[in-house]
Amino acid sequence: MKICVLVKEVPDAAVEKRIDPDSKRLDRSGEKNLNPFDTHAIEAAMQLKEGGAVEVEEIVAVTMGPESAFRALHKAVSLGADRSIYLTDAALAGSDVSATGYALSKVLEQESPDLVLLGQQSDDGECYTIGAVVAEHLKMPSLTQVIKMDVEGDKLRCERQAEYGYDTVAVAMPAVISVGDAINEPRYPSLKAIMGAKKKQLDTKSTGDVGIEAGRVGSDGSRTAVLAINPPPAKSAGEIIEDEDTNETVEKIVNWLDERKLLA
Amino acid sequence: MSGILTYALHYEGAFNKNSLGAVSEGAKLAKEIGGEAAVVVVGGDDLTDDLCASLGSYGATKVFRAKGPEGLAQPVVDAMAKVIQDEGISYALFGGGLLGFEIGAGLTARLNAGVTMEVTNVRAEGGKLVAERPILQDSAIVDVDYVGEPGIIIGRLNAFDVVESGGGAAQVVDVDLQLEDHSTKAEMIQRGEQRGADVNIEDAELLVAGGRGLGKAEGFELCEELAGALGGAVAATRAVVDAGWYPYAAQIGQTGKTVAPKLYLAAGISGAIQHKVGMQASENIVAINKDANAPIFEFCDLGIVGDLNAILPKLTEAIKARKG
Amino acid sequence: MASANGNGKVAPAAFPPPVDSQGEFVKRNLDAEDERIEIGVAIVGGGTAGLSCANRLLQLLADDPETMEKLGEVPVAVIEKAKTCGGHNLSGAVMRPEALQRLYPDMTREDWRKEGFAFGEVEKEAVYMTPTSKRSLKIPTPPPFKNHGNEVISVAALARFQQRMAEEAGAYILTETAATQLIVEDGKVKGVRSGDKGRGKDGEPLGNFEPGTDISAKATVLAEGCWGHLTGPAIREFDLGDGREPQTWELGVKEIWKVAKPLDRLIHTIGPWPVSTSAKYGQVGGTWIYPMKDEKTGDDLVSIGFVIDLEYADATTSAHDLLQTFKLHPLVKKILEGGERVGWGAKALPGGGYWSMPKLSMPGAVLVGDAGGMVDTVALKGVHHSINSGILAAEAIYESLKNDPNATDFTAYEKAIEESSTGKEMWEVRNTRQPFSKGFFIGGPLVNLFIATKGKIPVRLPWHRQDERPMFIGKTSQKYPKPDGKYIFDKLSSVFITGNATRDDAPNHIRIEKHVPREVAETWKWMCPAGVYEIPDDAPETGDVDVIVNYTNCVQCGAITAKGGRLTTPEGGDGPLYQQT
Repeated sequence: MKICVLVKEVPDAAVEKRIDPDSKRLDRSGEKNLNPFDTHAIEAAMQLKEGGAVEVEEIVAVTMGPESAFRALHKAVSLGADRSIYLTDAALAGSDVSATGYALSKVLEQESPDLVLLGQQSDDGECYTIGAVVAEHLKMPSLTQVIKMDVEGDKLRCERQAEYGYDTVAVAMPAVISVGDAINEPRYPSLKAIMGAKKKQLDTKSTGDVGIEAGRVGSDGSRTAVLAINPPPAKSAGEIIEDEDTNETVEKIVNWLDERKLLA
Repeated sequence: MSGILTYALHYEGAFNKNSLGAVSEGAKLAKEIGGEAAVVVVGGDDLTDDLCASLGSYGATKVFRAKGPEGLAQPVVDAMAKVIQDEGISYALFGGGLLGFEIGAGLTARLNAGVTMEVTNVRAEGGKLVAERPILQDSAIVDVDYVGEPGIIIGRLNAFDVVESGGGAAQVVDVDLQLEDHSTKAEMIQRGEQRGADVNIEDAELLVAGGRGLGKAEGFELCEELAGALGGAVAATRAVVDAGWYPYAAQIGQTGKTVAPKLYLAAGISGAIQHKVGMQASENIVAINKDANAPIFEFCDLGIVGDLNAILPKLTEAIKARKG
Repeated sequence: MASANGNGKVAPAAFPPPVDSQGEFVKRNLDAEDERIEIGVAIVGGGTAGLSCANRLLQLLADDPETMEKLGEVPVAVIEKAKTCGGHNLSGAVMRPEALQRLYPDMTREDWRKEGFAFGEVEKEAVYMTPTSKRSLKIPTPPPFKNHGNEVISVAALARFQQRMAEEAGAYILTETAATQLIVEDGKVKGVRSGDKGRGKDGEPLGNFEPGTDISAKATVLAEGCWGHLTGPAIREFDLGDGREPQTWELGVKEIWKVAKPLDRLIHTIGPWPVSTSAKYGQVGGTWIYPMKDEKTGDDLVSIGFVIDLEYADATTSAHDLLQTFKLHPLVKKILEGGERVGWGAKALPGGGYWSMPKLSMPGAVLVGDAGGMVDTVALKGVHHSINSGILAAEAIYESLKNDPNATDFTAYEKAIEESSTGKEMWEVRNTRQPFSKGFFIGGPLVNLFIATKGKIPVRLPWHRQDERPMFIGKTSQKYPKPDGKYIFDKLSSVFITGNATRDDAPNHIRIEKHVPREVAETWKWMCPAGVYEIPDDAPETGDVDVIVNYTNCVQCGAITAKGGRLTTPEGGDGPLYQQT
């Protein structure tokens, strides 16, 4: 079985972000690291490999991004991936969710994986969608927010918390599974693995190498446009009550809640 | 092209609140830009004519019903793609939720459409829709326009209000659904399994959160009673979780969960920014703290400077009484 | 346990932290070959000193492939505990340019600014006295403050740049990696051991526990900065402090502001306000306000900071709050008002000067930068010494290993420092800080005397350990302004903007006595710029109290080690992520 893990480099969650006033996009020039949710995906791949229920021939980490994105691949490899693929091309800059999913699917097409794993969301805003977009282009079944995954023959038995409780779904491979952070506790890479990461095979590809149609990616291929970025609607100043007569105070609170239909 | 198509998720004979909110919103927007306020439902025999037509009371004009597996996204993508193309619909709207995201995303790829996620508000401008979504931990709102049609709008969970606009029964139309091959590859083994008492605080509409001001672990009993009276859940700050007064699953803040309930009642919480970033998007913030200088009083909607030990029990009783 | 010693004064040294330095931080044998990593030169600390050493080494090795080969597969590795080099670095800073120009001879100062770590040459400057909260008196610039021609820089940004240079030259930069033990075998430093990952609050291994690894090196460079986790044990192990004064520390708290009107001059203020002039209070401190032009964004920024000697005796002294207080002075308001705070940070620096510098080499290892105490704290100059010592260490190690790859004697480095500008400058100012302990009015003139005579008076003025000073609860905190979230800030919101997101169940890296007299607990509570130490609301007013340790707030400034606690190595990757400090 061949597993491809989609990983992404994202701005560090703890660093204050700003919007670049010119491009109206998130200023990504600060610190970046591997999307924490993707570490869960790599760990899931490793657990399949080490679990013994199925033979995993190789785990390939795949990313799409500008210059520094290859660091995410080094991290993925230090965590256990056998090799990595780096899709980078100026034509891809400004790609939205749809374009990104399309581009990644073209790389994956060439790899013909049995299983595609990725983190269900990333810290920089794109949530729960890339997996489904990629799956659609690859014509594979897809599930997101998976928190438990076991191999049963040529199927994956997955659990996820859906609107009404926990659903258990059997998915036939090849499939695209987006995992939640509750699925596992990612390992820390050993120093040896970190230092060995640079030596592992890293293939760099451009749009031409995988047959990506230029018009469908990049900011030109984007199907949404940012009109404006505004501060959130100003909240009117709150009301402050000093509690002197608790009975009175409590009545004020209950009325306040009732007015806002919070006691329905 | 015009009109809005929403998706309504059902289970055991009822549509969920999130879906009804989307249907209501779809109806409202369809009135503004013209066209049908259509809904797609996918399922088995429990999707009776009456049940489907009842979506009319939320403003739906047409309900497209397809036979297919429940609780899975890809068959719905097939159904909605067909309806959008056959009927020439301009926008697909989802109320968030797991399936909303999966279906919306699949549809985006299928139809090469633009998509916006975590939308908190939609407005009509010149016959088109503009989606508003918060970014950077709700510190800014982005207005997003669509290039070409259709446009896919995926709302934040419970972002759209359920409005019974009192319309008559919606027209129910059966759709002959041909599933794509890959849409048949997932099989629901068990649906909706309830597991223990884990309350998912991220989905709770009403939260009572406790902080160090509670004084001791037992202080959480006051919070639990109040939450019970309100019909909500209990959350906690990092400090009290650290002290072992409440479990980590309930922790809100920079290193815990982020929530945006309709009501966030903070008892004994100072409101330091590490906590604020986890709850600042709450619709209504009520704070009870004996320290008038606590930062939480700068961003709450209703603040009470007082002793929570005196206030919380009385508040619980008063709410029970008001609810009757 | 006896609390007060009679008149409400208690010294933190009476309550030492539970730590066994030599036992915990020195490893006496190397793991087997297949379990350890072999490296040529291991540099502990990815700040300016460590990275200058790495860069210089690689420059020398680039021209000498034979020696490079002798160093093995990994000739140079830098071990850095922050997420990236620079993440834990903070300084004023105004740098004398020569050392960096020597390190990167092909770069111009305009290149430095384009890279984003330099912010302009100093043209105008001014030194003020602040006798009261409202008045300021410009005084003729004393020699240590003459900065004309120097460059305003950010050490956090400089380290990032140097990391890139080192990586491009072939160094392995191991970030998010703490070095927790010095490996000493047969009386020689054989390398270091990296820290474990995946331990819980009480040190227990969690599900994803990954033990550290022994890193064996032919030469080890300790470039750990102001408080070296391994430097302390090394000094004790090899008696490097013999015959020297104890080290002392100062604590600096800094903010970066985006301002509407660019500041036109470099400013230093030497007090006395906002500190007390009384010798009893023991407060010696000053401030800086530096203009920064960010060439990448075009923003006009200002770096403003307050530094205080940790010698003080009033437990309510808080460097963070004194900085906030200082901002209320009209001199500062004119500069900052209407602006926006975009950065904050805190860091301790070694203040003992020449007499407190330890011996700089031991078998198998050397000390560079702040770890070697090479900072002139009157002029607030240490960056060029960091770079210089890094370069000299690289050259000495290179020469040694070139002749004999198994050499462990790096004493040539000590001589190189003595004879260098760094050695000479440190010698010249060796007595210029000590007199301040006599208070502003007596000490001031003495300091001037020592500065004016350029160190020619043949005397050695002593220091004493800062944690031995008895503390009392004084009145300093009464002047602190209330935070408003816009101009005056509290500690928690400040910690937040450092990017500190240490995981909640990270192991507690702070060793401290948790039940101490109130005077000692208050000292820690006020001193810590990150609000790590708290006293429960219901603690008794006098006598012994409990101390709550919110260690996940810790920004690893190091101050606690000077005043009775001990900062030990945190888990790699934790702590702040300073960008432009």
